[in-house]
Amino acid sequence: MPQMNMVQAINDALRLEMRRDPRVVLMGEDIGKVGGVFRVTQGLFDEFGDDRVIDTPLSEGGIIGTAIGMALYGLVPVPEIQFGDFIFPAYDQIVSELAKYRYRSGGEYSAKLVIRTPVGGGIRGGHYHSQSPEAQFIHVAGLKVVCPATPADAKGLLLASIRDPDPVLFFEPKRVYRAAKGDVPEGDFVVPLGKANVVKPGKDVTIVAWGAMLYEALDAAQKAAEKGIDCEVIDLRTLWPIDIDTIIESVKKTGRVVVVHEAPKSCGLGSEIVALINEKAFLHLEAPPKRVTGFDTPFPYTLENEYLPLSHRIVPAVVETAGY
Amino acid sequence: MSSMPAPKPAQPPAHLEDGHDTSNKAQVSTAHRPGTNGVDTSTLAVGPAVARHPGDTKSADVVKCLRDDGSLDPRTDPNLSSEEVVALYEAMLRTRILDDRLVTLQRQGRIGFHIGSLGEEAAILGSAFAMRPQDWMFPCYREFGGALWRGMPLQRYVDNMFGNSNDPAKGRQMPDHYCYRKAKVTSISSPIGTQITQGVGFAWGAKIKHDDLVTMIYFGEGATSSNEFHNGMNFAGVFKTPAVFFCRNNGWAISVPTERQTASRTFAEKAVAYGMPGVRVDGNDLFAVIKVTREAVERAARGEGPTLIEAMTYRLSGHSTSDDPKAYRPDGTLDPWRAQDPLARLRKHLHKHHGWTEARDKDLEARVDAELREAVKIAEATPAPSLDSMFEEVFADLPWHLSEQKAELVNGPRAKGHGH
Ligand SMILES: Cc1ncc(C[n+]2csc(CCOP(=O)(O)OP(=O)(O)O)c2C)c(N)n1
Ligand SMILES: [Mg+2]
Repeated sequence: MPQMNMVQAINDALRLEMRRDPRVVLMGEDIGKVGGVFRVTQGLFDEFGDDRVIDTPLSEGGIIGTAIGMALYGLVPVPEIQFGDFIFPAYDQIVSELAKYRYRSGGEYSAKLVIRTPVGGGIRGGHYHSQSPEAQFIHVAGLKVVCPATPADAKGLLLASIRDPDPVLFFEPKRVYRAAKGDVPEGDFVVPLGKANVVKPGKDVTIVAWGAMLYEALDAAQKAAEKGIDCEVIDLRTLWPIDIDTIIESVKKTGRVVVVHEAPKSCGLGSEIVALINEKAFLHLEAPPKRVTGFDTPFPYTLENEYLPLSHRIVPAVVETAGY
Repeated sequence: MSSMPAPKPAQPPAHLEDGHDTSNKAQVSTAHRPGTNGVDTSTLAVGPAVARHPGDTKSADVVKCLRDDGSLDPRTDPNLSSEEVVALYEAMLRTRILDDRLVTLQRQGRIGFHIGSLGEEAAILGSAFAMRPQDWMFPCYREFGGALWRGMPLQRYVDNMFGNSNDPAKGRQMPDHYCYRKAKVTSISSPIGTQITQGVGFAWGAKIKHDDLVTMIYFGEGATSSNEFHNGMNFAGVFKTPAVFFCRNNGWAISVPTERQTASRTFAEKAVAYGMPGVRVDGNDLFAVIKVTREAVERAARGEGPTLIEAMTYRLSGHSTSDDPKAYRPDGTLDPWRAQDPLARLRKHLHKHHGWTEARDKDLEARVDAELREAVKIAEATPAPSLDSMFEEVFADLPWHLSEQKAELVNGPRAKGHGH
């Protein structure tokens, strides 16, 4: 099996699907000749040409608005928003249009597209190149939200996302774009949406994480093991609809849970996960569920590593939860 | 402004003597005339973009065909058959009658809302007529006449007004937010302008696939201030998509007049900045509308790219049934536009050239009333959408959290007044 980083794995998935399905078109800023600012689409312009790998004008609203039109026409656009932080000019099209098309037309129309965008910290990008806006989209009925942590999952989840009938926001954790390396199956390979992955089984504390924070959770689990705490680490992979069964099964076993995410704490996905655990596994809880997250501040530049829920903040939360 | 002054052609500034509209000058209040307020504005372009007075449509750049005496200007005559003219007149009158009756139904509390097209029928039917069968309509919200023309059954439209289980939108949207795929009419949403970029993308998709179709994108002049207008025009210009931008300049965006939307002289001239032609047409002149829209469709189909059409018309009703226009627009100011009623103008032509009689108006009215009465009867007897349907089609399949919430609703107490 070839070793790839996440950028290569996503590129591989896009190439494969574009060869397989002529309806797939890519569009975005700088994705053509230069292959995207993170080089995710490198080489695709040469293979598929200007009609399928389209450098657009600088307008996220225009990109998503026209992509919806293309999707209505029967193409499967996979637009790239250069940074998740710049998705907001298209927010209206995503919230008011994309998410509601099937519903509001009584099923007559649906707009199938996958919006790829890099999210999260890790590149010293300050507020405007670091945010994790998943909760703002999960809160909108009709959108699926995916965030892979490994190259293999990036490939398999992207292929599943493109083939799924619903619109998908595909968040790529830029911190591990190149740092995450691993075996990636060759050829067609699908990781089903809506299925979390128990990356490390354990019996004492459940840690739920995704994207770049999975690696921090695994690091924290290792450090906790040195203190005699056996963590189970769940990689959510699909953020919405969430794989509640895997979480609840784990929490019923451990009775203790720590949720980790980069986005601000209040009304983050962690809040929803804790609420669901309270509703579904309250009597199994041995300790109050904990959240280790970004703070409710704009994403800071200099103090980035203080803001991020890195393993140094996860370990004490795990220890506290385990000893409650 | 208590009453609309008749436009007096003012002396055009030298740099505008090349056939540009100068009648707008008459709309600029004296306080802003050069020299009267101590500021010399003579080097600035003439006043705001207006279709505040029908006299504005007499400007040389505005395409017209139907003359005051009911005859047609042969230079712009789209050469319709007698049957076509009569069919279009009937469709326009049907639209107007439906508008009137739907307002009544709203006043009676039987439907919640209506947003109509009183005064804009020629612009709407003329442009719909100019579309070819394979072309797609991206409506704003005043174009039900066009959707019916293209084959949406009246019953489906009325079902949408009642939000019942036969509504194409399954009762999930307000009245007048229908869709009808078979007639190539896309789904209407409320946010202003969003259909503009979508219509461009749809046309772009067709172009990529080398399919011969054109999208007809409708919006009001207020929407030209939205980001979507800019995005759509810009993308369409850059990628030469086969789209026609059909701007109904009806003078108002709810209570906000055209001069609050733009400082451009016309809406059509905005096209220049996007590298496409822009044309002003008398929007109350069915023949002129057909002429320019047909040309725009043909141009797009030839691969020559998009066109912006500004149909100069006037909203003779309030914005919707929720609006009382008397608060911002004295009724008397409408008189010059009432005199340019697109139906009255067309009727004159019909009387003269197609043997139309008043009796046929009455006959049509009776037919439309009967047809609507029946549709309303059926719509009112059709049950509300099921509780289950509230959770369907959010996603293609029902995810766990929605099936939980569905069970919670279905097994919980019922609200009053939703037909359950
Ligand atoms: C984004 C957005 N802002 C505000 C509104 C409320 N609104 C509905 S119609 C309208 C005026 C639109 O005017 P225009 O584009 O000229 O179309 P017309 O109603 O005259 O046909 C406004 C402000 C809306 N629907 N969407
Ligand atoms: Mg208007």
